[in-house]
This record gives sequence, structure tokens and C-alpha cells, in this order.
Amino acid sequence: MTEPMIKLTIDGELLEVPAGTTVMKAAEKLGINIPRLCYHPDLSLEGACRVCVVQVEGFNHFIASCSQQVWEGMMVQTNSPQIRQARRDILELLLDNHPKDCQTCERDGNCELQRQAYRLGVRERLFEGKRKQYPQDESSKSVVRNPEKCILCGRCIRVCAEVQGVQNLSQHGRGFNTVVGPANLGPMDESACIQCGQCVAVCPTAAFLEKDHTERVWEALSGAAGKKHLVVHTAPAIRATIGESFGFPLGTPVTGQLVTALRRLGFDAIFDTNFGADLTVIEEGNEFLKRLNGEGPLPLLTSCSPGWINFMEKFYPEMIPLASTCKSPMQMTSTLIKTYYAERKGIDPKDIFVVAIMPCVAKKYEAARPEQLLSQGETVTDAVLTTRELAWMIKSYGIDFANLPEGEYDRPLGVSSGAGDIFGTTGGVMEAALRTVAVKLTGEELGPLVFEAVRGIVGLKEATVSIGGQEINVAVCDGLTHAKKALAYIKSGEKNYHLVEMMACPGGCIMGGGQPYPPFEMDVLDPELAKLRAKALYSVDAHKQLRRSHENPAITKLYEEYIGEPNGEKAHELLHTHYQARMPRGIR
Amino acid sequence: MSHCCQVSTDNWEDVKAKCLTALPEDIVNYIDDHKGDEHAESNLIAILHRVQRHFGYLGQEQMNAVAQLAQIPLAKVTGVATFYHLFRLQPRGKHVISVCMGTACYVKGAEKLSQRLMDELGIHYGETTKDGMFSLDNSRCLGTCGLAPVIMVDDQVYGPVTPSEITIILEKYIKQPRAAAPKAALAVQ
Ligand code: FES
Ligand code: FES
Repeated sequence: MTEPMIKLTIDGELLEVPAGTTVMKAAEKLGINIPRLCYHPDLSLEGACRVCVVQVEGFNHFIASCSQQVWEGMMVQTNSPQIRQARRDILELLLDNHPKDCQTCERDGNCELQRQAYRLGVRERLFEGKRKQYPQDESSKSVVRNPEKCILCGRCIRVCAEVQGVQNLSQHGRGFNTVVGPANLGPMDESACIQCGQCVAVCPTAAFLEKDHTERVWEALSGAAGKKHLVVHTAPAIRATIGESFGFPLGTPVTGQLVTALRRLGFDAIFDTNFGADLTVIEEGNEFLKRLNGEGPLPLLTSCSPGWINFMEKFYPEMIPLASTCKSPMQMTSTLIKTYYAERKGIDPKDIFVVAIMPCVAKKYEAARPEQLLSQGETVTDAVLTTRELAWMIKSYGIDFANLPEGEYDRPLGVSSGAGDIFGTTGGVMEAALRTVAVKLTGEELGPLVFEAVRGIVGLKEATVSIGGQEINVAVCDGLTHAKKALAYIKSGEKNYHLVEMMACPGGCIMGGGQPYPPFEMDVLDPELAKLRAKALYSVDAHKQLRRSHENPAITKLYEEYIGEPNGEKAHELLHTHYQARMPRGIR
Repeated sequence: MSHCCQVSTDNWEDVKAKCLTALPEDIVNYIDDHKGDEHAESNLIAILHRVQRHFGYLGQEQMNAVAQLAQIPLAKVTGVATFYHLFRLQPRGKHVISVCMGTACYVKGAEKLSQRLMDELGIHYGETTKDGMFSLDNSRCLGTCGLAPVIMVDDQVYGPVTPSEITIILEKYIKQPRAAAPKAALAVQ
């Protein structure tokens, strides 16, 4: 059934749109961009900020265009002196209850509130009234909550509930005293938060930010507290996104510049988390083949995404036995830096400082997980910088990123296959695993490379791949509401998956909570953005000589020289971990 | 999950058991009875009313139990609880003082009375003194505008009250906690 069409006039232009279209969307068809703050195309409507007001003939009050559906014969005016004044007033009122610290705020330059204020012509602040005052919540290892900067748009609440299914945030109190926060407005650290950082990504201001780790990295780089051997490694997704912060078009891989920039910052060794990704494929692949063989439960749930792991521990603890025991690529790489690499180099691991560049804020918590520390309680990853934090450091250091010569990762932990690169996108871990599993199951060296069925940005992807006469049912989940769906299928027995890839963020790491804020004309959860970023990773993969993790010679050497057997004793000691139910238990 | 393992990693039974001890049986049953409802969450307010009727306030432990047993996110529960003035998050004091903020009382200086009460008791609206003696609230017009500004202690109305009289009124209750409350200037309800 096709929607009936509605005729209306916007700014004197007649147009026809399907019934149910909002005024804001209809205006977009005419190339009119009505200002907005609380609106987000991928979240439910809130209608809270009123910045999007328009005039409608026959009404003497203004109407919020984001939530008003069109009607037959409607006459809309999106620009009139009164409308412009009203929007400006609304914005001024928001600013009057907002700290005046734009110059020193982390969001400087890409704050949506600041942008709309300028765009709407707010040029002075007329009123000095009461302003909300709240302490910042720094309790979480990953996410900082600053209610003073909150404009109550509710995007964080919606992304947390609608995209992640975590439902950890809510408005508390009422009127002027309304505060957005976790239950009881208690510390984030004691809440059901799974630290994915999607609240940080969708916040139009700086009410949510990642926990800063740049301070400790500057300090390590300065050598002030004793010179350490400084090692850094970069997650697969970083090369696909950091260019955005330096004016590269979306989806441009900038691996070489990234390496050079890190060298200029003063790191002694620059490795690739891809190496850990390749290693994950070997370990997880082996674990999978064993379970497929009847040794252990199926399906195997992947374990690279720390947001997902937090979610499982708080929301679905009964699923723990299904999860792979593999540490994440970040933790594998860091562990090897402080063991294998340290031994080969003859450096005391205590004298090594490991920084991981991650698209993720949950990695900051993962690095501090007590069960993943070295025997004497030291962290293997000493600092985790988000893509945003690193981009800022590079700028702050005065490095002209765009014009850097292309550098190369160091050996041995900088060698990786294309399978490692695609770990950064939804479906990538699955495809990487299947490339290797296919070879192991069939014994044919040249198995399939591309598994189209697990590519794409669609939430829950399912496929049955037939390898060497075996049918393998796989599922790929990105965004935890989709994970919930898959888990429900598993629980009810409705689906018989063998292998399930779990990534907390919608789109995977390329859309992680630590990634650059998108350009103004795009929205944070925009599938187009995810596609472009994913394309960058697939192209890096396609241009690599090595495409399968087990072909990585550095990995082969690692097993020969150090680890022995995949899933063997040493592998378990260094590369695997365990999980436990954690409180508070989340509501599904 | 075809082959599940012997050791359970689930904590639901423990969580549930703890929640069951936090609420009286009738409320647990009420939650259970309405769980299958189409808009189960719309029962939240009704559940919270029952909890408050039973305990006199909404304690964190109780709200947590409601969240788990009704499977409503805790943030939503506490969000609702803090939104409505009718819900109290702290136990009620022995005496509940309410300052009328209706138009007449407001104009006649109700804010000064409330400031004085806050200073003397060291608490804000919705809070209870440490010794459990007084809770402080405010209210809309009590229908006794002729006496403005008024305060109400339990079900006694006092008016017109000056800030300095606040001390005297409070003392009556502190000195004779057991004696019947002084005769009201005007009994309401
Ligand atoms: S964008 Fe329409 S009300 Fe906020
Ligand atoms: S305004 Fe206080 S009693 Fe009416």
C-alpha cells in the first residue's frame, strides 16, 4: 500500500510528500535545513529543544518542525524575522544556563550548540541568571558525565535505550532541576553503563566525554617521571577515520601518515593492533573448531568488543560460557609487548609504557580490568587514547598530518594481514575468522576471501556458509539491541548459530564511541558514514599481500618462538581471560 | 544453547531472591500480576504508590527491587520517582512540615518562612532531619489564604506566621514529642 500524498507549501514553494512526513523532512526536500538540536534521524522524536520552530499559517504559536507531520494545504514559513528571532531567543536561553567556557571546552569547534548559536546569530549574551551547578562525575573508567553542559536534548538517553538497549540514563527531577544521569543520579561506575560511549558520540555538547588519558601520555612522552620505552599500537579502525580530523575526505585510509605522526610524537616502537587481530583469529578460530568438534558449547560468541563484554557480564551473565575466552586484540598485543617483545629486546616490562590508540571508550576500562593485569598487578595497556584524543595531540604538537610522509609499522608486532584490518567494521571479525577457518576445515590453501553475506551495515546479519561440506550458521550483530535479538534466538533455540560476532557499537569499531565527530552535514549514527569508513578498511585489506591471518609470518614466528600451540598452555596464560557476572544487573 | 555447561554463571536467582526480601508479598504479587500487561511500564507509578504506602517512602533498595522484578530499567524508576512531588525518597520524619507556596502565602513571604525552616532544620524540601523528627515539604494553596502566610505541621495549620515564630512552633514539637500536638489554629480536613 502506498502512502497517500500530501500537498503543502513551504516558503512559498508547493511540494508533495507522503503522509506522515514531518515538516523538517519535507523542508529538507526543498534544500532547506531547519536548525535542530535534540532531533536525531536515527533516534525517536523528542521535541525538547524547540530550536526547529517554524510558522504555520492559521496558528499564532510556533510549531516544532521535527515532530509535526504535514497536512493537506499546510502553509509553512521557515524563515521570517519572527521565526529567526524566536530561534535566537530559544538558543540564548539555552546558553544562559550553560557554562561560558567554549574556548577551553573539549568540544571547541565541533559543538552543535556552539554551531547553532553562531548560525542563528546569537552574538551577545544578554542575561545573567541562575545557572545549574553540578559536580562532574568522574567515577567511570571510560565516560565522564558533566551535567552542567547538558541541554536536556535527551539524545544520550535515546541512544542508550534505543540503539544499545542498555537503558541506563534517564531524566531525574523536573523543571529547572532536571538532570540526566544513571539511576538515582549515582556514580556512572556503579550503574548499568557498559561504557560503549555512544552517549559521548551523540551528545551535541560536552555533557558526556571520554575519560582523558592524554595527560598520562604527554607525561610519558616527556620522560619527566623517568625515561620509559614507549610503545604504541593502533586499532584497525583508526586508519580509516583519523584522516577526517585533518581534512581528508571521509573514508580515506591514512595508515602511513598515522605511523609517521606517532613517530614524531616520540614513540620508540609503533605496532599494529592488527597483529593482535590476526592472533585473535588463530586463537578464536581454534577455539571455534574445537567447539564445532563437540568440545564445548556453541555458538561461539566473539569477545573483541569490550562494550559487548561489559554488556554480557551485566545483562546476560548466563551466556558467559558461550563467549570466546580470547582477550581482545588490544590486550593480546599489549600483553605480547610486555612479554614476548620485552624479552626479545631485553627490557624490563616495568620500563615499557604501552599506549593503545582505540576507536572505543570501553577500552579504557578493559585496560584496567583486574583479571587482565600482569602477574605483579601492572597493566599491559597503560593508556588508551581515543581517535579524537590522538587527533588532538597531533594538532597540539604542531604536526602537519596531511603533509606527512608515509611511514611503516615496526616489526615484529606491526606485521599484519588484511584480515586484521577489517576487524574494525561490523562483519569483519567474522569474515577474518571464516577466511582462516575455511582453510583449516578444507585443507585448501586458497579458500574463499570475501564473504559478502557478512558485509554491510544492517544490524543483524545472518548467513549460512558452506565450508568443506559443512554448513556453518553465522550471525553478525552490531548495536546491542541486535545482540539482544540474537541472544533471544539462541536462548529459545529458534536459531542454531555456530558462530556469532558481537560488536557493541552500531557499525562496529569504525563507529565507536571514540571516533571523530562527523562533519556538520552528517549525523553520528549515519549508515552512510559507516559505509564510507568501512570501505576504507576493505580497500586496505584488498591492497594487502597477506589476506589471511594464519599467513602472517610474524604470527607463525611468534608461535614457533614463544607461544607453542594455539590454545595451548602458554596461549591460555597470555592470550585468554575469563568473565564473571557483574552488578548491577541490567534490565533486558 | 545445545550443550550448556555445569557451572552456572547466571546470577538471576540471587538477584531475584534479594529483591523478594525487599518488598512485601502483596507488592510482589501485584508486580507479577501486571507483568504481562501490554504496557507493563505504565504500572510503574501504581507500583511505586504501593511501595510508598507500605514504607512511607521509596528506598533505594525497594526501587531496585521494583526495577528487577518488574523488569523496568532502574534509571526509569528513579527518574519517575524524582519527577513526581508525591514520591518521597527519604523516610518521613515524625512530623511533616509543609510550607504553603500558594499565591497568597507566596506574596506574604512564604519564601522567608521556608528559608528559616531550612536554616533551622538544616534540610531542604523533601528531606528529613537526621534525628528523624521533621520532614520539610511545600504545598500549593491550602485554602486558608485569609491566614497567609501559613505553614502546616502534620495536620495543623498555623497562620499568619512570621519567621521568628517558626522557632517557637518547632520547639513545641521538640519539647513535647509525646504529648498531643497543640490545638490547631484551624484544623484542615
Ligand atoms: S529539534 Fe525539534 S524540538 Fe529539538
Ligand atoms: S495561598 Fe497559602 S493558603 Fe492559599
